[in-house]
Amino acid sequence: MGELRLMKGNEALAEAAIRAGVDGYFGYPITPQSEVIEYLTSEKPHERTGMVVLQAESEVASINMLYGGGATGKKVMTSSSSPGISLMQEGLSYIAGAEIPCVVVNVVRGGPGLGDIQPSQSDYFQAVKGGGHGDYRLIVLAPSSVQEMSDFVPLAFDLAFKYRNPAMIMSDGLIGQMMEKVELFDPMPRMTDKEIEEKFPWATNGKPVGKERRIITSLDLDPARLEVHNHHLQKKYREIEENEVRYEMFDCDDAEYIIVAYGSSARVCQKSIQLAREEGIKVGLIRPITLWPFPKKQINELVEKGVKGFLSVEMSAGQMVEDIQLAVNGRTRVEYFGRYGGMIPSPEEVVEAFKNKFQED
Amino acid sequence: MAEITVQEIIKPENLVYKKTPLMTDKALSYCPGCGHGTAHRLIMEVIEEMGKENDTIGVAPVGCSVLAYEFMNVDMQEAAHGRAPAVATAIKRLWPDKVVFTYQGDGDLAAIGTGETIHACNRGEQIVIVFINNGIYGMTGGQMAPTTLVGMKTSTTPFGRDVSLMGNPLKITELIAQLPGTYYVTRQAVHTPSAARKAKRAIKKAFENQVNKIPGLSFVEIVSNCNSGWKMTPVDSNNWMEENMFPFYQLGDIKVDGKLIEK
Repeated sequence: MGELRLMKGNEALAEAAIRAGVDGYFGYPITPQSEVIEYLTSEKPHERTGMVVLQAESEVASINMLYGGGATGKKVMTSSSSPGISLMQEGLSYIAGAEIPCVVVNVVRGGPGLGDIQPSQSDYFQAVKGGGHGDYRLIVLAPSSVQEMSDFVPLAFDLAFKYRNPAMIMSDGLIGQMMEKVELFDPMPRMTDKEIEEKFPWATNGKPVGKERRIITSLDLDPARLEVHNHHLQKKYREIEENEVRYEMFDCDDAEYIIVAYGSSARVCQKSIQLAREEGIKVGLIRPITLWPFPKKQINELVEKGVKGFLSVEMSAGQMVEDIQLAVNGRTRVEYFGRYGGMIPSPEEVVEAFKNKFQED
Repeated sequence: MAEITVQEIIKPENLVYKKTPLMTDKALSYCPGCGHGTAHRLIMEVIEEMGKENDTIGVAPVGCSVLAYEFMNVDMQEAAHGRAPAVATAIKRLWPDKVVFTYQGDGDLAAIGTGETIHACNRGEQIVIVFINNGIYGMTGGQMAPTTLVGMKTSTTPFGRDVSLMGNPLKITELIAQLPGTYYVTRQAVHTPSAARKAKRAIKKAFENQVNKIPGLSFVEIVSNCNSGWKMTPVDSNNWMEENMFPFYQLGDIKVDGKLIEK
């Protein structure tokens, strides 16, 4: 059993970064995630593990620091909240194009614009459809507990390095701010410079003696070659879709209806399905853990089992609905219930909404 | 008298110059007469002379020198427009024993990347920034740069830069010299052999500061020509640069050993 602590989600994430052997954190304060950089600076990770922590002048600088650091083979991460993540979109596109592994954490708050500082999931499109320019994908993990804020840090880095792709942990202000028991994993050593040089021959950390220099770039002015590069990226994305779907199912075996919810709203819906079942309604819950790749196959299997309808429950205005619709492909009903602007649905209002949507059945 | 052939000239005993192996064999994409090639070569010669080719990471910008990584034979990263100082900051922080430099034009460093430039300088990142100032956006076809001189014609200032509409040319080098984070700030040129020799000494000093781990950032501006963007012959552009650019962007050291030079 690892060390148990009562922590905020943001703090658990920061502690996990130190323990996961992260080499560099670059970030800019923004509510509701500033505890990440505050925890990191107060923990003196440069003394604990040698980890570099730097408060950048902007989110634009932070993401480009990830570009530079990640391109040398080091484990680098940043965290921010919605408006800051919007500023990072250009950098994320470059990072995806240049195939640089790194982890970006979005503790989502209400929008659009400056919005508010309350929990939201309204950055779903931006995260899973690619918020920057060009054909690219982020691997997106959605924690629904403080425990997962910790556990998903090493997981996100494993995926990022496995596929040389940016990974995002898409949390929200609720998971970031609430305190829960968390079992911390044992610290992992940072990679030595020698290990990095051996493991990542693509990394630009000084041309090896007697070998060719390395170039990290997202530029190729020859359209035929850039198309080949895009083919390569698309092939990688298909591989990720094939191998990296993660999800959790609750009471789906005998379910006639399925709620689809992730992150904080999945926590709410765990209670909702319990309440519905107390009334004799057979409802299950599928919680996508990876928002991209989306658990399309699993939803398809539920359709084939004869599920009568799906309800997308979100803290956004139906952004996940179309991913469910794509998986369902017109074979059964897909409905939506959500609160937004920083409001959190209650378990009871989810049940109520469910009954309203499907009452004629 | 018989004519001397090139082969006869290039005899080992006559060889006084060779291309540094840290420049690739790829033909430069720059316009004939442009200063970029010389600036590239000087940096690479310095890195070769310092024996740092296996410990150097360069960061290329967006602009004419976006393809600098094709020519500089060291590990290179291509940054987004203006972000090279942020990119270099992380590389240096994570690999403090390596040599890290950025190579940036005026649009990249002094317009879109002003924030990254000022803050990397202000933090005193131990990197070298080489800043090529030709007062114009070369790659996109000769538009106004932050450093375009008053009255100078570009494709977006077709009647000359009007201060009341377009603001003043930005002396960003003087600006960053004010910051305690910069240790060495100088302005050079590469349009004549003697200017190139001086520029090379400046570049060497900048890199030596970094290798010797002297706290602070070293910044070398090179005032250069853009004969295509300025719509002049290479010779005319160099003369125009001497007559117009140098009086405004005066050559010489601005800050040495962390101290501003009294003028």
